[in-house]
Parts: sequence; structure tokens; C-alpha cells
Amino acid sequence: MEKIVTRHFGQPNSHLLDSYRQDNGYEAARKAITQMTPAAVIDEVKKSNLRGLGGAGFPTGMKWSFIPAANPKPKYLVINGDEGEPGTFKDKYIFEQDPHALLEGIIITCYAIGSHKAYVYIRGEYNKSIDRLQGAVDEAYKNGFLGKGIMGTGFDIDVVVHPGAGAYICGEETALLESLEGKKGFPRLKPPFPAVVGLFGCPTVINNVETIACVAPIINKGAEWYAKLGCEKNGGNRLFCVSGHVVKPGVYELPNGTTLREIIYDHAGGIPNGRKLKAVIPGGISAPILTPDQLDVKMDFDSLKAIGSMAGSGGIIVMDDSTDMVWAAMVAARFFAHESCGQCSPCREGSGWVYRNVKRIYHGDAREHDLKNLPGIVNNIGGNTICAFGDAVSMSVGSYVSKFRGEFEAKVKK
Amino acid sequence: MPNLTIDGKQVEVPAGTTIIQAADKLGIRIPRYCYHPALPVSGNCRICMVEVEKQPKLQIACYTPVTDGMVVKTGSPKVLEVRKTVLEFLLVNHPVDCPVCDQAGECKLQDYYMEHGQYDSRLGDVKVKKEKKAFSIGPTVMLDQERCILCTRCVRFADTVSKTHEFGVFNRGDHSQLDVYPGKQLDNNYSGNVVDICPVGALTDTDFRFKCRVWYLSKTKSVCPGCSQGCNITVEWDKMRPHQHKKARVMRLKPRHNPEVNDYWICDKGRYNYRFIDENRIQSPQFKDQVISWDEAVETVAAAIKPLQDARRTNRIGVIASAQLTNEDLFAIRKLFKETLSGALVDFRVPETLGDSDNFLIKADKNPNTAGALNILKTDAEVAQIVQKARQGEIDVLYVFGHDLVKLFGVETVRAIAGKVKLFVYQGSNVNETCGYAHLNLPSSVYAEKEGTFTNCQQKVQRIWPAFQPLAESKGDWEIVALLSDKLGKPLTYKYSQDVFKDIAANVAAFSEMSYEKISDQGMVLKL
Repeated sequence: MEKIVTRHFGQPNSHLLDSYRQDNGYEAARKAITQMTPAAVIDEVKKSNLRGLGGAGFPTGMKWSFIPAANPKPKYLVINGDEGEPGTFKDKYIFEQDPHALLEGIIITCYAIGSHKAYVYIRGEYNKSIDRLQGAVDEAYKNGFLGKGIMGTGFDIDVVVHPGAGAYICGEETALLESLEGKKGFPRLKPPFPAVVGLFGCPTVINNVETIACVAPIINKGAEWYAKLGCEKNGGNRLFCVSGHVVKPGVYELPNGTTLREIIYDHAGGIPNGRKLKAVIPGGISAPILTPDQLDVKMDFDSLKAIGSMAGSGGIIVMDDSTDMVWAAMVAARFFAHESCGQCSPCREGSGWVYRNVKRIYHGDAREHDLKNLPGIVNNIGGNTICAFGDAVSMSVGSYVSKFRGEFEAKVKK
Repeated sequence: MPNLTIDGKQVEVPAGTTIIQAADKLGIRIPRYCYHPALPVSGNCRICMVEVEKQPKLQIACYTPVTDGMVVKTGSPKVLEVRKTVLEFLLVNHPVDCPVCDQAGECKLQDYYMEHGQYDSRLGDVKVKKEKKAFSIGPTVMLDQERCILCTRCVRFADTVSKTHEFGVFNRGDHSQLDVYPGKQLDNNYSGNVVDICPVGALTDTDFRFKCRVWYLSKTKSVCPGCSQGCNITVEWDKMRPHQHKKARVMRLKPRHNPEVNDYWICDKGRYNYRFIDENRIQSPQFKDQVISWDEAVETVAAAIKPLQDARRTNRIGVIASAQLTNEDLFAIRKLFKETLSGALVDFRVPETLGDSDNFLIKADKNPNTAGALNILKTDAEVAQIVQKARQGEIDVLYVFGHDLVKLFGVETVRAIAGKVKLFVYQGSNVNETCGYAHLNLPSSVYAEKEGTFTNCQQKVQRIWPAFQPLAESKGDWEIVALLSDKLGKPLTYKYSQDVFKDIAANVAAFSEMSYEKISDQGMVLKL
């Protein structure tokens, strides 16, 4: 199987420019700028069926095409490397192992959307990632791949590395923009969408790290090649972060459309200690939990959506039959209560209420009405908030209660 | 212009109008906490969600722009359910301490609970407690973080209206709390407005707090007399329970919406400028140290004026009127002193030093009716000249309306005048140093006891309404002048302030075609 994003992982000094140059590094950028029009680049990416790998799965080429060409304001590219979704640890490896692949993708994307400045918003706790990326940026500037007239093409581009300050919500793209502008990370009301009014009020494209790392290979090898790697409407490979009760946890690059069963049993080595699988979160903690009967689902955006869950950020958290599902729900609820930004009332008040309710059930202090009320409270948050965080609380915690209701009932005082 | 249907009613509104604005126009009141028409939209409270046909999710009415052919339902079962839901969330960590909350009775949590909530509580939880209960965040406002629903109206007010940026929301999730920034105090000229816009009991007015339950208050429309801006206000008063607050009637002043004058706001100086209404008032007519009847008082003035009137020596009468008086008062003064007693020296422009001002609501001219006085009195004399003549013995009757001459000209001058003139009349509402030198003190009513009009610095004529009867023996200024006029054989035929105003409209060009009905409660600009 052909690797794309992880193709350099594990090679000696894969994070350095010399190593990256040896594998045709920055030639895709040169090709795009010197041989292609911006429209042709966007077209190529559209044809590749590359979709946003941060979690929403929005077609990348289409997102780029929303940037209004006639708008006289500067345009910005913002790379979302906040990677706060529990169970997700893929962008971290791109930053550490192949930062130049990201930078090359940034150059091509900026060229396509007419931007000359990109910000990489990177999770504040990722010290090594920050160092590696900043090192790569410095190298690229020194060698003429960033800055004025890069590679002798006359194209200018600046890249700024901006560490976040630890709030999960700053991974939500508009909260990220607020944070980048120096404000408190509160998601914005939409519309307008960032493509029209984004960073500093200017048209802005926000893409995930992994998405942009795919751009150079697409330009190098063509859209058709990339589209063929994946499944229908979802081209290429995906990084799956497998954690929890598996023999070999880690990041796996596999084609979109690989089944969950293959990922867990063929690649991650199955469940250790002879135990049985009880539940899987397929796409980061926000994704509704799946049960063993759902393991044959294909791990692409559309297939997971069809069974009521989501591909999300590719964070697969596996739980074996020793797991107390009420405890798992409580951990998820605690996370949401801790990370709700507090801007809008249903999520601010609801996430804490849900957590206290589940905690009471877990500790055996709850009565029947607590469990009876829980699904309603959870449901009332989703759909009623400014950003998708509220939906995540509803879908995630709600799925534990509906799929493992027996375990909840067993803990409630009669 | 988009044409849309809300709850079956059609309305046409300009493009860019939001659903909540269109609904307001139809008189359909969609509940709101964070939305305020004078502040940027925040969209955080989520109680204004409505159903829009062809949209799968409910939309917030405060942010969603209308489109042509849009069909909105504000009372569908889905909408009503979400309102209940949002209210329930807002009360999860709210202390529900209504019995000891000063906002009770004008609290939107209470109001909407009665209108849209009415569910059985399922909040068995311990609530998130904030560090402190109520504490002072500045000289005029108290903050109770537990009652705050984080609608951020006050934050947006301080950011966009007063532009003083005192407020922020700190921490995250249900530990979020409103506060002023470290080292900052809420201490700007417009602080009190945050209390008005706070929909709950989080921000309360230190001055009003615990003084009176709001359901005891009566409300009367008025205009602030504090400067020439003429901000529209409501006088809120309580006469039923005089034992509660030393017989004071006025409990507080609130801004009254007038988009052309003060929008929704008033300055703090205006807001807290009400104690003089009930304190330090002149109670009854007084000649030297003797309390006398109104009849005796008017007789005293008439007796001093009559010989001058008969001898055509009206130039020995000096009148210092005031831009604190209403147009009606000033017109009565004009009738008596410039027509009946023509030749008398009349002016109102005392040498006041200009006060503070800003480019918002605070004007340097601290009189509410300078524009009216200029148009009605059209003086030829000057106050300084009148004072000079009085001091030199060239004036026999000096009639002063409201001004504290001691403050303006010094105690020496006033003492000298009192010794020189035959009758020194002071007509005013409150006791000041000049009263001690005047021979005759006549108690007049304050603006909150008067019906009349003021003309502000935008030349806008605005009405004031009497909240209650004049205190003790005091009477309206024009009524007193009318009594005197009567005594001098030239009765003014006015029964009500409106009669005076009709006469103003008939005789002063700038006021022509105006009437109380037309001025209504939003004012009318002079024709100049």
C-alpha cells in the first residue's frame, strides 16, 4: 500500500530540509507556481476528492474556491494544528516527522487562493512539534522556500507559527481565528463564513495539518492517482490514531474506506489479554460510540455518517469488555464540561449539568429520575448552540446512554 | 424590500433586518436576553430561537436576516419547547434568590418563566458557587455573579457605547463569570446604564438597591433637566409608603428611549440628580422671617410693582429669569414683564461657567431650556446690567427665578442689593443662600411636578408630565406669575399648561403649528 503523508516517517532526519529535498521536496510547489494557474491547482484538488481531515470532511478544493477573488483585502491561510480532540495524535507526527511536507502544502495552497501569509495555529502543549515546525520554517526562509520571491518565482509568502494556550474550543475554526486575533476563544456566529470574513476580517481558508500535507503529493502525482487510493467521494488515505485496548496502538495510514474491523484486528493487532471488544469511538471523543456489531463499517466520512456516527478526526478509541461504560461516559462528560467555552447558555450550563448527572450515576448516588432526565438534558444541548461543540456533547454522551442503558440502570438506586 | 410572514402576519422590512426586528415591528415580542437593539448582536442566550420554514434547525431571531418570502413561526411547539429548555439551562446554576433580589418584579428570568417556562424543576444538583456574592464594582453598581446569565450586554455596552471597556467574562464553561478587569472599576459617566440593560439581578444600582420593591413604583415620563441635551427619562416614584424613605417620593430615574436624543441611555449625573425634588424645598411663601399666605405674598409683590406701573417707571423692575424654567413659565414671564409691564429689564443669561461635556450626551450648558428661553424671551437687557443697576439703587423690584445670586455674584453684591432694592423676590423650588437675602421667598414646583415643555440643544421641544402634586405650598412658576398678573389687573386666561402652550404656538414663530398632541413623547423640532 502506498503511503502519502507518512512516506517519510521514521527516516533519519526526516524533519530537515536536506532529507525532504532528496525526495523531490518543494518541486510540487515549483510546478504549481510556474506551470499552473491558481484555478488549475484548485481544480486538481477538487478532482482528487481530498476532504478536510480535521473532522468535518468538507471538500477541500471547494472550500478554496469560496475565497472571493474580487475582494481587495489580503487573504489568509490558517492551518489548524490545535489537535485537541481526545484520541487524536496524528498532526503531532506530521509536525515532528515531516514539517516540510506541511510547508510545501502551505505554499501551494496560498498560491491557489491568492494568499501571501499563512498562520499555523499549533497546540500549545506540543513543544516538540513547535520546535520542529519553527526549525523547518527557519530553514525554508534561509533557503528561499519562504519569504520574498520564493524559488526565484516572484511569489511571496510568509508563515507564522502560533502556539495556542490550551483551550480545546480553539480547534473550532472560528474560535481559533478569535484566539489568533488575540481574543478569548469564542466561536463566531455564522454566516459570514471565514472564506468571506475570516482572520482580521479578511477572506480566510482554514485547513487541517493532514489535509495540507496531502496537497503536494496530489500536485506531483495528479488528482486521479489520489482519488483512486480512497473510496468514492473520499480520496486518498487517512491517518487513523488507534488507542485504548489494542495490542499495537499508534498512527496508521490506511485508505479511506478501510473497515474498522481491519484497522483494529489486522493493523492494530486486536484486543490484548484475550478480552473481547465492547465499544469503539471511531473519530475522536465527539463521535458517537459504536458497538461490536458495527465493526464492518467503512471508515470514510459518508459511511460513518450513515450509521449515525462520524469519521471526525480519525481518533479510534477501543474499549474492551472490562470497561465500565458509565465511567467512560463520565470521562467524556467531564471533558466536555471542562472545555465548554461558556459562550452560549445550553452548552455552558448543560455540559456541567450532564457531567454532574453522569457522575452521580457512576458513584451510585443517583435515583431513577436522574437517568430518566439524562437523555432529555443531553438532547436539549445539541442543535441549540453557536458551534458544533453542543452537538458533540449531545451525540457523544447520548450514545453511551442509549447503547449501554443497562449499565446505567444497574448503577441507579432503586 | 423583503416581504415576510411572521405568525401569519405579513410585514415588509428593509433588507438586512433581522427576524427579531421585523417581529418587533409587528408587535410580536420574541423573548430575548442577550439581544439589545442598541448593541452588537452576540447570539449567546439562545432564547430567541424561532422556526423558519424550510430550515431544518431553529434559528436565532436576533441574528438571522430576513429574506423575501420567509415564513417564521415564533410560537410553534418546537419553539416553545426550546424556550423552556433554554430557561431551564439558565436556571441550572442560578441561585433563584428572588425574595432577596432587588431585580424581582422586573427580572426577565421571572417574566419568561411565567410566560414560557412553568415546568417542574428537575434541578437536584448542587449549584456552581461563585467566589463572592454581591460586591461593589464601582461607585454606583453592585455585581452578583451567581445571578448573572452571561448575556454580555454590559460587556458590549462598555465596549461599544461608553467605550470604556471595564467588563470581561473570565474562565470557561459553567465557571465563567462576569467581572471588571483586574485593577479596573466601573466608573464612567454612563455606568448606571448597565443596570438598566442587565435583564436579571446581576447588576444592581447601589443607590436604588433595597430602597423600594419595583412593583410599588409609579412611572411618569419626563425630560432630564440636568443639561441642554434633554435626555428622555422616566421618573419612578412611590407615594404609598412615605414611612419607608423619609417621605421622599422619587426613588429613581430611568432613561426613556428616544432614538434622536438619547437612544436608550442617560449619564450618571442625570440619573442620580433627583434628591432635590424631595429635599431642601422651600415649603411656603415667606416674607422676611414670616410665613405668609399666597394671597399675602402676591399682594406684597403687586403693592411694590403697582406704583412703578402707574408712574410708567417699569424700568425700575429687574427680572432674572432662568433657562431651568419651562417654555410655559417663560412665556408667562414674557406676558407679564415684557408686555403688561413693558420696559422692565428681563434676562435669563446669568454668567455661568460652562460645565463638563463630552461628544455623547453630556452638554456644557447645564440648563434644559436655553433654546426655548432664547426664542421666547428675546431679551434686550443683560443680567449683569440688572445686577449692577440693582446694586446702584436704580431698581426698586428685583425678581429672581431660581438662580443663586450669591454663588453667581458673591455675597457682598447680594447683601448690597438686598439693602438697596425695595422688594427682592426670590421664586424657586429649593433653598439656597440667596433665599436668606431675598425679602420675599416664593416656593415653586420642580420639573417632576410640572406639566410643560423644554427645548433642548437640538431645538427639539419635549414635554414633561407632572408625576405628583407640588410639594407643600409650592406652585408652578407660570401659575405664580399668573396670580401676580391677575393682581395687577391683567389676568392671564390660562387654566392648564396646554393653554399657555397654545398661546406660545400662536405668538412665537418658532413654535407655530406645534401642540402637545403633536409633540407627544418624542419631541418636535423648532421652526427656525
